[in-house]
Amino acid sequence: MKHETGRAWVFGDNVDTDQLAPGIYIKRPIAELARHCLEGLAPDFAASVSPGDIVVAGRNFGAGSSREQAAEALRHLGVKAIIAQSFGGIFYRNAINFGLMPLVCTDASQIGNGDRLRIDAPSGEIFNLTTKRNCQAQAMPEHLLRIINAGGLLPYLETRLGSDVKND
Amino acid sequence: MGQTLAEKIIARAAGREHVSPGEIVTCSVDLAMMHDSGGPRRIKPILEKLGVEVWDADRIVVVSDHFVPAVDVQSAEILNLTRKWVAAQGIKNFYDMQGICHVVLPERGHLAPGMFVVGGDSHSPTGGAFGCFMFGVGATDMAGIVATGETWIKVPETISIDWSGKMPHGTCAKDIMLKLCASLGMDGGDYQVIQYCGEVISSFGMAERMTLCNMAAELGAQTGLIEADDTTLEFIENVTGARPDGQSWHGDADASYRKVLKFDADELSPQVAAPHSPANAAGVDQHAGAKITQAYIGACTGAKLNDLQMAAEILQGRQIAPNIRLLIAPASVRQLAQATEEGTLGILLAAGATLLPSGCGACAGYGAGVLGEGDVCIASTARNFQGRMGSKSAHVYLASPYTVAASAIAGEICDPRQFLDGGAP
Repeated sequence: MKHETGRAWVFGDNVDTDQLAPGIYIKRPIAELARHCLEGLAPDFAASVSPGDIVVAGRNFGAGSSREQAAEALRHLGVKAIIAQSFGGIFYRNAINFGLMPLVCTDASQIGNGDRLRIDAPSGEIFNLTTKRNCQAQAMPEHLLRIINAGGLLPYLETRLGSDVKND
Repeated sequence: MGQTLAEKIIARAAGREHVSPGEIVTCSVDLAMMHDSGGPRRIKPILEKLGVEVWDADRIVVVSDHFVPAVDVQSAEILNLTRKWVAAQGIKNFYDMQGICHVVLPERGHLAPGMFVVGGDSHSPTGGAFGCFMFGVGATDMAGIVATGETWIKVPETISIDWSGKMPHGTCAKDIMLKLCASLGMDGGDYQVIQYCGEVISSFGMAERMTLCNMAAELGAQTGLIEADDTTLEFIENVTGARPDGQSWHGDADASYRKVLKFDADELSPQVAAPHSPANAAGVDQHAGAKITQAYIGACTGAKLNDLQMAAEILQGRQIAPNIRLLIAPASVRQLAQATEEGTLGILLAAGATLLPSGCGACAGYGAGVLGEGDVCIASTARNFQGRMGSKSAHVYLASPYTVAASAIAGEICDPRQFLDGGAP
């Protein structure tokens, strides 16, 4: 995560969980559901996104339902990080649980669609290799970084429950 | 410095005297609620991978409400998996096809002031009407909670929303929420607590309070909260036989709130949110005349007994317009039974309504009553995101049960007040 680069896919405000994981596909396996991720806003996204690519958005990304398939679909497509001005609270937790890095960045609007970005995860610094205009996101809290670095909540718990540690 | 009610509940759950907004703490969970969509079908494989059983079967409630009744083989299999898992884990608090989780949970006496509760659904804030801290999480989070009995939380601030005055006849809590969605926007709650207070809130019964807390989700709040009073305690006593402690669970007089917003109900009119956002709300006159093809009274937000009564008040002695359908999916089996006994259901059916099973139904596009291309639906639900109730080209308007019922009569969006207080049919 630390020094990978990815292409930015830029979206607007209030991208909701029905856009990320449409209800009509919610019984399908994730591979199938993910094909419809964000198709209402960017029909070519699911087919064209590459592993390591970064979703960039305005306010309230992931608004709406608690369906975690909204985050799972992005991970399935290879997205590693999401940079947004703000996140829907449940989606924020779901993203972390799937090992995605949700970065809160008030200057996210400076990033253009197609820009190549490199993220320094612990500090929250975002290097824009295309425009050279870097942004600063809020640093991820330590506790949450541990879950993300483990690969998500499940691998994190596997380690913790395995070693019988209850509290950090 | 005093604490808000939310801070007090979180502090107690975290084993602390005091917590501050912004801190990340680990809380013991008093109760975990899940349903058939976000629950066992997602959690079972995770627990198997972790090699653990649930931490405390008595602190878990499972409700089947999304895939009920099964409309295809896959749904039937999800429900059967749910039933088998519940039995295998020794979970007694299982409500199978009894109604929507947010309504069933308090109906069956599971909530009390001061509890720290997690729900596997985004409308979990509904529980906050009972003076407890209840918020929503996804399935993996829920698996972690049922495996360990605890979860992390970033302590939220509280935004206080005060409604004074008197609710005009023909308006209700749903109109308050649509007004707030328009005023504050879908992220106005900023994942903080929205606490409702004021004379209007005090005048509301628990059902209307549940509607307020339910739609705190649409304001982007982490949860909604209403401090317990006699109304709350009486409700719980009627259900459980025991009056819970409400005394301990109030914010301190010197607690600090992020914002205090005041509204006056005297000026409230019926509200309608146009496609495709709850925040796209305005007075009903802005959309009056828009033709509809379907009217839907359903969901945790808008199909409790009081919502059915509002619709019946409008529909009494009247008929729905030809060429439209009025679908009614009562929020719970118990409330449907009460509606039947008191005659409310009879009024709705006589007007031409179609009765659907108690469950989430078409609200999230799962069940009966989904929309096709070009459909225009007015619904008493909480969300009208594009494509949510079916076809991407369908349009959904959100409104109160009064306004939905009135629009069903007219065949187009209209002000319900013309049907009240002796208005011409």
